Amino acid sequence: MLTDVCPLSEARSALDGEQPYSRAAWLGLAELGFQGVTIPEAYGGLGLGELELCVAAEEIGRALAPVPSLSSVYICAEAIRLLGSEDQKRRWLPGLANGSVIGTWAAAERTGEVLPGAIATSFADGAVFGEKAPVLDGLAADVCVVLAKGAGGASDLAICDLTGPGVRRERVDSIDPSRPLARVEFDGADAERLGVAGEGWSAYESLLNRAAVLLSFEQVGAAERALWMARDYALQRHAFGRPIGANQAIKHKLANMFVKNELARVHAYYGAWALSTGSAELPLAAAGARVAAIEASSFSAQENLQTHGGIGFTWECDCQLFYRRARLLATVVGGNQVWKDQLVSALEQNNEQGRA
Amino acid sequence: MNFDDTPEEAAFRLKARQWLDANALLRSASRGGAADDEASSLAEARAFQAKKAEAGYAAITWPKDLGGMGGTSIQHLIFGQEQSRYRVSSNFFSVGLGMCIPTVMKFGSDAHRERYVRPALSGQEIWCQLFSEPAGGSDVAAARTLAVRQGDGWVVNGQKIWTSGAHYSDFGILLARTDVAAPKHKGLTMFIVDMRSPGVEIRPIRQMTGGSDFNEVFFSDVRIPEADRLGQPGEGWKVALTTLMHERLSVGGTFGGFLGWRDLLNAARENTIAGRPAAEDGRIRERIADSWVVETGKRLLGYRAQTALSRGQTPGPEQSILKLLTTAKPQENAYVVLDLLGEGGAVRQGELGSTWRKIEHSWSFGAALRIAGGTDEILRNIIAERVLGLPQDIRLDKDAPFNSLTN
Repeated sequence: MLTDVCPLSEARSALDGEQPYSRAAWLGLAELGFQGVTIPEAYGGLGLGELELCVAAEEIGRALAPVPSLSSVYICAEAIRLLGSEDQKRRWLPGLANGSVIGTWAAAERTGEVLPGAIATSFADGAVFGEKAPVLDGLAADVCVVLAKGAGGASDLAICDLTGPGVRRERVDSIDPSRPLARVEFDGADAERLGVAGEGWSAYESLLNRAAVLLSFEQVGAAERALWMARDYALQRHAFGRPIGANQAIKHKLANMFVKNELARVHAYYGAWALSTGSAELPLAAAGARVAAIEASSFSAQENLQTHGGIGFTWECDCQLFYRRARLLATVVGGNQVWKDQLVSALEQNNEQGRA
Repeated sequence: MNFDDTPEEAAFRLKARQWLDANALLRSASRGGAADDEASSLAEARAFQAKKAEAGYAAITWPKDLGGMGGTSIQHLIFGQEQSRYRVSSNFFSVGLGMCIPTVMKFGSDAHRERYVRPALSGQEIWCQLFSEPAGGSDVAAARTLAVRQGDGWVVNGQKIWTSGAHYSDFGILLARTDVAAPKHKGLTMFIVDMRSPGVEIRPIRQMTGGSDFNEVFFSDVRIPEADRLGQPGEGWKVALTTLMHERLSVGGTFGGFLGWRDLLNAARENTIAGRPAAEDGRIRERIADSWVVETGKRLLGYRAQTALSRGQTPGPEQSILKLLTTAKPQENAYVVLDLLGEGGAVRQGELGSTWRKIEHSWSFGAALRIAGGTDEILRNIIAERVLGLPQDIRLDKDAPFNSLTN
């Protein structure tokens, strides 16, 4: 489906600012039920497991589909499905499940990592005050899960209707303009608490673990596409009387890409297992998937460009689509260093508990 | 290696500094940037270049009768070091004076030298280098642009690419194929081409960054008089090697404005990793150390070359190493800083303001740096083959007639 509906020209037209996301790909995905894979049938979804979502995520990544999959499906809808009250589920899930409603999340407020003690946005008495940036798909989204400081000072998650009063949004430039970002100001916007009061931070961390696994499939898909794009070019481009792929400098480069991609793939699978079985190993497996996926997608995008030489650096060449997307996805939901720290912390914890 | 100037060198340095003080503004003292649009920065650069030419600093090593100073390479280096502290630009002239004019001086006639050297020196005329083609980037000798003899001149058809500054250049040196039946290196000829000739069309290339530093140049029935041939017909490759040797001497120092160890340190001081100061994080400290080692190493290699020059020796393989060291860090350092910025690292500009320029330049142009002026891969081959003496790859295309090659 995505090969037909979502060629790379979709990402390019989003890059050029012609559309905030690919309507064609989003509608095509909705026909397959993608947005509602894990949402119970009672709320208009397919009621399947996370594994099916992983399979779809890889294809979205391979197509570099410019769609709000991470923000709407992996984070917002999952948050409401897992933490929402019956009313909240009934209000939001059917629209999220068929793609007619787009959701997102808002955690970061300034540059630097998101830390529980440093959140300035407040939530009390059903109203949110504060400023969040960057918010992925913040302009296209209808509903947002907001990480805020709750009444008692501890963190809360809150659901906020972005189309209501008290919300001001503006576009901020994204390193990958095919996936646009926004600054969202909440000035007493109506909101409802999502989940248990004061447990927002741990809920947020667990949502990120889940999203990291799904996102790693998108990254693996994109990395693999970049590798094969480089491989095809190495066969087609001739220098010194033979394909450039005949040179060991290029062969070894592509082989290194392949190794990193396969490593990322098996870690994504391990993450998918932990996610779909509700395993206690999820924090470790998610961190492994995230770290390996960042490495694979960054390296593949970077070396695909290098393999293309000068032409790879031009605006017209598709190399930049991979280079930009790899960087954006390496940044959202937290970067390399933070996840490596989580990985080691998880190992230390397992060690103390006598597990290997 | 000797870090100190000899008394003569120190005297020259002082003289250069005094002249620069009188004719340019220190970077640290001048407010704001140089002119932003190309036309006004070109005008500024031309005015400064004319003054340099008058004082002899435009071509320190060239003989006096060609408008130079008749000085030494070491004096050239010293002037470059001093000039880098001032807010002036020589970039518009670096291709012409660094590559094209030295080639004209070596292979051109007396009439060529008389006609072209001085106007280039004073910045009146700007030159570009027309070597790379869509089908031959690393493999320059695969050029397909065709020059056919007609009457008392040549007619050129074809396309060049990655030509820096073609749109403001007056002349170019053009590598064209004049004998398709000869092996690829033997059928080339070099020409001087007037960039305003009928049939020359220049189109800017839009880069991934959105900007345009390079051009495509199309030739449709462009006439070149016989007198503007540079070197003998079929000797174009020999001429090109001279130009490329000069390019390698100048590349490495040409590009700047990338993230260095100091930027990493600043970013580390302002950010945390898992709630702890990033400046105390071993991984970040290691990156800062690695970056410092490379940056300082580049400077030390420069001193080593300087020492060799001042003893009248030829510098060793420093130049090939220099480009690899220049390209090694910008992209990597950009990743580190962007990671430190957390999710904010996905935002262009925003609250980062002008700091962002350097980050994006390293992230985005840092990728081009590994390609332009000899890719990382080609440079490693050069070191392996020419410095370490390892065998060359088997070259099937070397001796075959060019028109028998399929790709």
